[in-house]
Amino acid sequence: MAQTVYDKIWKNHLVYSDDIDDGPSLIYIDRHFIHEVTSPQAFDGLRMNNRKVRKPNLTFATVDHNVPTTNRSLPLVDEISSLQIKSLQKNCGDFGITLFDINDQYQGIVHVIGPELGLTLPGTTIVCGDSHTSTHGAFGALAFGIGTSDVEHVLATQCLWMKKAKNFEIVLNHGLKNDLAISAKDVILSIIKNIGTSGGSGSVIEYRGSFISKLSMEKRMTICNMSIEAGARAGLVSPDDVTFDYLREKKYSPKNESFERLLNTWRGLRSDNDSKYDKSFMLNVDDIVPQVTWGTNPAMTIDVTSTIPNPDEYAKGNEEEKKSAIRALKYMNLTPGLPITDLSIDRVFIGSCTNARLEDLIEASIILKDKKISSHVKAMVVPGSQQVKMSAEKLGLDKIFVDAGFEWRESGCSMCLGMNPDILLPGERCASTSNRNFEGRQGTGGRTHLVSPVMAAAAAVAGRFVDVREWI
Amino acid sequence: MEPFKYLKSKAVPLDIVNVDTDQIIPKQFLKLLGKAGYGKYLFYDWRYDKNGNDKSDFVLNFPEFKGRQVLLTRENFGIGSSREHAVWALKDFGFKVILGISFADIFYTNCFKNGILIIKLDKDKIDHIFSSTMNQDIEIDLLNQTVKVNSDTHKFYIDSTLKHYLLEGIDEISTTLKFENSIKKYESNNDPLIFH
Repeated sequence: MAQTVYDKIWKNHLVYSDDIDDGPSLIYIDRHFIHEVTSPQAFDGLRMNNRKVRKPNLTFATVDHNVPTTNRSLPLVDEISSLQIKSLQKNCGDFGITLFDINDQYQGIVHVIGPELGLTLPGTTIVCGDSHTSTHGAFGALAFGIGTSDVEHVLATQCLWMKKAKNFEIVLNHGLKNDLAISAKDVILSIIKNIGTSGGSGSVIEYRGSFISKLSMEKRMTICNMSIEAGARAGLVSPDDVTFDYLREKKYSPKNESFERLLNTWRGLRSDNDSKYDKSFMLNVDDIVPQVTWGTNPAMTIDVTSTIPNPDEYAKGNEEEKKSAIRALKYMNLTPGLPITDLSIDRVFIGSCTNARLEDLIEASIILKDKKISSHVKAMVVPGSQQVKMSAEKLGLDKIFVDAGFEWRESGCSMCLGMNPDILLPGERCASTSNRNFEGRQGTGGRTHLVSPVMAAAAAVAGRFVDVREWI
Repeated sequence: MEPFKYLKSKAVPLDIVNVDTDQIIPKQFLKLLGKAGYGKYLFYDWRYDKNGNDKSDFVLNFPEFKGRQVLLTRENFGIGSSREHAVWALKDFGFKVILGISFADIFYTNCFKNGILIIKLDKDKIDHIFSSTMNQDIEIDLLNQTVKVNSDTHKFYIDSTLKHYLLEGIDEISTTLKFENSIKKYESNNDPLIFH
């Protein structure tokens, strides 16, 4: 029977399956990423029960969520964050886990460093106590976020109990009309706008179609990253030559003959042509224009050419969604009918596991070259990892950003979730390349509009949202 | 984990769709190292004003709802971040059951790991419960998979494994460790360390 890439990875990782009952199966986990915020309680649990880490060499740690992005030679001001970091250092030391620590050349956002180190490989199962683990699905891996209890479970057993999810194909065909002004971020925001924040619930989304097969790995990661914003368990892409080329010569990826041998296995992973999917959604990407979120969840998205919707228009007859739109408009301090390009902004954040890789920074820098940001805007770039930061600096991108008036920071999650000092003040409006526009996400009372890196850069210069297609 | 078999309690109605875990527990409270003490931060920004005083219009602050152990909600509860702190906060506050129409996948899993029972009912049934006075007791019987509200008894679905774990208060890791032979067998046939 024809199998999808998800079916194949699932089957390859079955440790135990009870076919009689409706119960879950035991699945082997190949890679486990941990960070300072969602792991301390898991290690406590191990110690309380005198348990070991079953496979310390399959778990990799970094600090990203609460680390400061300013000068790191100084001691941490936030004592509680400092305690979380120290706790991870101790846990990794005690249990023999590799840690890319705060001053390590490979430190960065866990979902940026996994792929760039070649730890993320096709056909593997990958988990992390962070919902954006779906990012790694771009490599044809089954990657998903878990809670702390499951982090403890994986540390102790290297397995998880799971029920198989549905196969959901999202077919993306054709090409973007302007592939600098319109990006992968606009594609995934369009998808979420269409299928909603629970559209992928109970499913693993496979992104397919002619658009995906031509897309770079970094852009595939942007798309898979936000699968969780559509409620999906995971998002993935069948691995192909673009995937394999990316992985050659990465720090941990297999080398020489091992790599060539694995290629044969990896080529067999892609979904069979006549695979059956439980759900389908098709989108022709040539219709997509730059997107901006207006509300307090990622499905509250409009075209940059549109106006703020009225709650009835948004809710399409659903009373609860209408109430939620009214609430969102109030929180965002917006009036229906206002063109989104009339909206002025206070802050710009280019960063996060969605959009802080080298291609993202290159694209934003094209907009900013020889320009200055608006005098009423405060803007910052937070590279996804130290490796991204160093590569960008080699290309002179830091200079373009700084000359334009941006702050050039150290790598981490930063203002995507505001666990470190990088936060919005109450009432501040931000054009952000991150993934969540929930109430208070970037700081209590802060107002987030999700956009692509080029849209964020253009908004920084104009001091308001602009249709970046008019610039490039 | 504490076993769960039966509960009789009134409900706190949270009549909002798409509640995300950033609202259930904002990020500034994810810095603690333990699992206890998160209850006071539950729904922090909705519950307290900027001076830290209770907002009188938020349901968790209604004096008549104090001590209730069922949270009644709607579609798509618990979306977004995988933070289990959201569940620790609900549990620490005193909720034992969350009754709603649909839930985000990771949140759903996290609840069961902490002994919180999630019950999904159809929209018309949830609408009906929301439209009542909120003064009636809700009786939850896990063994028989029923929710009784006034004279209505609704049957609910739960995976038989999750049900068993909750009823017995079983620690999942000790169960998995009994599968040592299966895990060893898998490890001898597969090499997850393909980068070496």
